[in-house]
Amino acid sequence: MIRLLESESIFVLREVAAQFNNPALLFSGGKDSILVSWLARKAFYPARIPFTFIHIDTGHNFPETMDFRDWWMNELGVKLVVGSVQEAIDRGMVAEEKGYNASRNLIQTAVLLDTIEKYRFDAAIGGARRDEEKARAKERFFSHRDEFGQWDPKNQRPELWNLFNGHKRQGEHFRVFPISNWTELDVWEYLATENVPLPSLYFAHERAVFERDGMLLADCEYIPRRPHEVPATETVRFRTIGDMTCTGAVRSSAASASEIVREIAALRVTERGTRSDDKRSETAMEDRKKQGYF
Amino acid sequence: MEIKRTELLRFTTAGSVDDGKSTLIGRLLYESKAIFEDQLEAVKKASERSGDGEINLALLTDGLKSEREQGITIDVAYRYFSTPNRKFIIADTPGHIQYTRNMVTGASTANAALILVDARRGVQEQTRRHAFIASLLQIPHLVVCINKMDLVDYAEDIYQQIRREFELFAAKLDVKDVHFIPISALKGDNIVNRSDNMPWYQGSALLYYLENVHIGSDENLIDPRFPVQYVIRPLTDTHHDYRGYAGRVASGAFRKGDEVLLLPSGFTTRIRRIDTYDGELEEALPPMSVTLLLEDDFDLGRGDMIVRVHNKPEITQDVEVMICWFSDRPLQPGGKYILKHTSSEVRCIVKEIRYKLDINTLSRNHLDLHIGMNDIARVLLRTTRPLFLDSYRKNRTTGSLILIDEATSETAGAGMII
Repeated sequence: MIRLLESESIFVLREVAAQFNNPALLFSGGKDSILVSWLARKAFYPARIPFTFIHIDTGHNFPETMDFRDWWMNELGVKLVVGSVQEAIDRGMVAEEKGYNASRNLIQTAVLLDTIEKYRFDAAIGGARRDEEKARAKERFFSHRDEFGQWDPKNQRPELWNLFNGHKRQGEHFRVFPISNWTELDVWEYLATENVPLPSLYFAHERAVFERDGMLLADCEYIPRRPHEVPATETVRFRTIGDMTCTGAVRSSAASASEIVREIAALRVTERGTRSDDKRSETAMEDRKKQGYF
Repeated sequence: MEIKRTELLRFTTAGSVDDGKSTLIGRLLYESKAIFEDQLEAVKKASERSGDGEINLALLTDGLKSEREQGITIDVAYRYFSTPNRKFIIADTPGHIQYTRNMVTGASTANAALILVDARRGVQEQTRRHAFIASLLQIPHLVVCINKMDLVDYAEDIYQQIRREFELFAAKLDVKDVHFIPISALKGDNIVNRSDNMPWYQGSALLYYLENVHIGSDENLIDPRFPVQYVIRPLTDTHHDYRGYAGRVASGAFRKGDEVLLLPSGFTTRIRRIDTYDGELEEALPPMSVTLLLEDDFDLGRGDMIVRVHNKPEITQDVEVMICWFSDRPLQPGGKYILKHTSSEVRCIVKEIRYKLDINTLSRNHLDLHIGMNDIARVLLRTTRPLFLDSYRKNRTTGSLILIDEATSETAGAGMII
């Protein structure tokens, strides 16, 4: 079954290379974008991946993610451009949130759109999946964005068979989601079968964490703690990797991809349940996507 | 890398909230444990707000803010669940707004269509529309779910009557496999387990049917077609002369050493190698994504097609299609559009609109040829370059096309080649 999904994703990635002049791949260092880059390597083998990689660096990333990113870019032999949220704050392009729950998640959308515009990318490939979240369930493989980078969910292009329409007007661009049909479990089964390299954060490790709103957050300099929030060392892993301020850990002893497959098969909470960025409101994802989040 | 095509079933569900479609999907997701606690928690909260007491499973499927506010589904949503036997992808399409556009979209890749009928209301105009679109899009398997059986005291004669009514209509359609199941999505009758409330029903429960329906022969394994999608030329020292034709097998089988015909050039050569990142293959079947290397050095590009010498598609610039129109700008007689067919893209002109089809009565209207959004018509197109095509009945990949509006870049219509 994962071979069917693989073949579909490779087809979509080759469509992007064929239909766009300057396509990019959004790389976060998380498992989904690692999977997409792994599939891209397969799609164009023995040639190099014909996409520039984009990383939107919130400045609050886990150091493990950054190390992995640099190593993996080198391994793939691709060009990386970094959109820096810190730089955008320093320039006054965006304003940082204040308070205990401050996150750079919202302002990274502006930096992403700015990066796409600056390098004139006409397509940005992302690792979003339809099973992740209810707004993402409505996404197309080829998702059209207007000249402001916005998504109009009520007026999407119909997508039939495997005929993807990448035509657009000047200034518009596309987001492309090659792994739309994969579920979290599919992803892990595939990563395990293929021995795909991953950041150590995904596997069980000891870490100082504290609890907030039912989530385990990493104790770090970017998250101010309230007086009663006392960190304790626990054996945890991360189910998703975003920036440190909005990504929660789960208690787990799963030390390999195949142990994670077993763990997820038995889990009863979605992976977005560890993301405070989705918990802000019932339509948090939809609202962000309309603005240009991926 | 063996591909087991029968491990994945794509199906579409058509109907409105009134038919209990969302409840049915919610039920399938819930029973197959595809719903997680945090999702259920969110739905519980939303149900409390709308104040209908019970958990409203329909809320699991409506994703967008405006859909929840209006209590309607606006756009196709994709849902996933799996059982130990199969993975399922549901294309959940709305029943009312832009029904044709959305249903056609969901139906285009489906192996099966679930059609919901309210047992109290019987076969409705909408039921006929759905069945027609399923037949037009050649969905191999139709499952008519006669729902809300709990509200008609699980009466067999009502089920039989609706079944006869549907069969009478379906006889006029091009459908191969129709299956009927009496259910109650709300109460869970005949969804996962056979219902004790309907001992007269001898068939299988819905989930059992979906897990076991034979889909191995849904794909065309007879006519070898390989549209060239992308040319791989590494131009590195180690692969200096490498020239690979990347693509997805549309139908049929390709083996190493096969004699093949290249279109449009008409040259013949042999397959030297079937390449993947994971190594060479002896054989490639649909829907595998592979790279073909040929014995001789021909200059193929995207839009060209590799086929077998004695099994050619039709090569023509005159294309007769049934078209579903999606755009609010009506189809223009004499109008020019971009046409996408497999990996090729050409321009075309609308030579003639033959008739408009009334999808409720299936009658042909030769007088009113105004083709607006959600209309279906038979149309003759003339393309700037020849296409390599098969009829849609024979081949869903080489028999389908889309038209793109040159001014707006939007997908304006979907065509099934006759």
